[in-house]
Amino acid sequence: MKKIIPIHKAVEFAAKQSMRLANKTLEKKEIMGGIFTDLANFTLFVTRTFRETFSREFEVKEFLRQCFHMGNKSLPLIALTGFILGLVLTIQSRPMLIDFGAITMLPGMVAISIIREMGPVITALICAGKIGSGIGAELGSMRVTEQIDAMEVSATNPFRYLIVTRVIAATLMIPLLVLFADAMGIFGSWIGANLKGDVSFTLYYHQAFSKVDFGDLMPALIKTFFFGAVIGLVGCYKGYHAGRGTESVGIAANASVVIASLLVIIVDLVAVQITDML
Amino acid sequence: MKELTNYTASTANSSTSTEREIVISVSNLYLSFGSQAVLQGISFNLYQGENLVILGKSGSGKSVLIKCIVQLLKAQSGSINVMGENIDAITNSNLDELRKKIGFLFQSGALYDSMNVRENLEFPLRRNKRKYTEQEIKEHVTLVLERVGLLSAIDKMPAQLSGGMRKRISLARTLIIDPQIMLYDEPTTGLDPVTSNEISQLINQIQDQYKTASIIITHDIACVRTTAHRILLMHEGAIYKEGSLIDFETSDDPFIQSFFGKL
Ligand SMILES: Nc1ncnc2c1ncn2[C@@H]1O[C@H](COP(=O)(O)OP(=O)(O)O)[C@@H](O)[C@H]1O
Ligand SMILES: [Mg+2]
Repeated sequence: MKKIIPIHKAVEFAAKQSMRLANKTLEKKEIMGGIFTDLANFTLFVTRTFRETFSREFEVKEFLRQCFHMGNKSLPLIALTGFILGLVLTIQSRPMLIDFGAITMLPGMVAISIIREMGPVITALICAGKIGSGIGAELGSMRVTEQIDAMEVSATNPFRYLIVTRVIAATLMIPLLVLFADAMGIFGSWIGANLKGDVSFTLYYHQAFSKVDFGDLMPALIKTFFFGAVIGLVGCYKGYHAGRGTESVGIAANASVVIASLLVIIVDLVAVQITDML
Repeated sequence: MKELTNYTASTANSSTSTEREIVISVSNLYLSFGSQAVLQGISFNLYQGENLVILGKSGSGKSVLIKCIVQLLKAQSGSINVMGENIDAITNSNLDELRKKIGFLFQSGALYDSMNVRENLEFPLRRNKRKYTEQEIKEHVTLVLERVGLLSAIDKMPAQLSGGMRKRISLARTLIIDPQIMLYDEPTTGLDPVTSNEISQLINQIQDQYKTASIIITHDIACVRTTAHRILLMHEGAIYKEGSLIDFETSDDPFIQSFFGKL
């Protein structure tokens, strides 16, 4: 016997399905809309940061405190990472370079890869985790506990005090941390070379830097300022615009790390393209 | 205009003059978050020198209302006039000037975690357009701390303070800019009865000394009895009833009785 589906049930079913589809499209639109409003807000945020940076009253004390805080907190981690990076690169490249009969190239090759790419990117990614999440969580909790509102109603400019100082501090401290990581990397590389050989540090250093020129150092250094700015801006934006309730603090910290890391990679790609063209 | 009689607080103005200066005037305020309507046509006036208590269930939009007054939140329609300025059409610099005349005590206290008590208090002073000398700053800090009776806590961090102390320090921080209007968001919530009473007394003293007009949001009936000159009851985003303490205490409306019920 055939099963007959009553017509009204079929209509109902069709209606339900189309409703679901419509809702889904709407949801998607909302998500897309969300991304665009976020992007627009972020642009406004960056513009405002830029404008307030050049206003007369600069919060020097808070700026120095942030610099110290960021540098101090990340230094041991950066030092260790840079050192291991140099060590590992050396140990791994050594056999291959011996096969090619180009072992004398070792110091220069490692130095160039550390200075041009590995040092800046690895340091920036670590800082996105360490500094970016720190800013996101701190500002997020200040937002949630109404501390930012309190600054606003007492007619003190929270943007100048909280955002400008942190963004500038990150922009300046990350290049310094990168230089430090580079130095530790080359030191690590020397240790690596000495595991199976015997070179004095001065000789090794000399060999390394004979291959590195201004054209390697400069673009690498310039892009680290952008890495710093990106980490500071994203952390501040996410923290400053944290939602209500304590879980927003975690969300802000997490989003800061994810977005800042992603942007660091993208900025790196753009920087490489630009350097390539020059 | 309503006659303001039946002052219960001892610090109240003895005069019951009918023509009193309006400090804040809110009319027909509407605000919703998405589909949730929070304020639905609120209108009221705050007069010079009075303590106006706003009562209401939690979530009824009391905090939202006073945040609209200082423009932390923007209402969708309606108008707010503070000391003769229409704050919907105000410029940023005028808004800052106006905000300096308003002391806002946050529900959570909102002390700056990363600064000690002294730095918390100095924060608004050091960023004022009018430059204070170091001597003046020191005097102001000492004065407001004495006022709230916590001079000994000057070098403590907020995390080291008890709930009542935090409330008092944040009260001191709002007083340091010599406000002409005070907005208290649940000043006694979460405190023990003794400390609550101290804070209520402090509110009266401040009113007495600084001649402020105040809005006090609370559902602590003891605090209402100590401080209120006039009471507004908010319900579902609108004013449910306005009147004096006696009016409320003698009301036979069960909803009002549920606030003033036996504790
Ligand atoms: N910034 C905001 N965004 C979204 N919803 C909010 C916001 N502020 C308050 N609300 C909502 O408005 C309602 C009233 O809040 P509130 O004024 O804090 O209540 P209360 O009367 O207890 O102070 C609550 O339901 C709250 O969730
Ligand atoms: Mg509230």
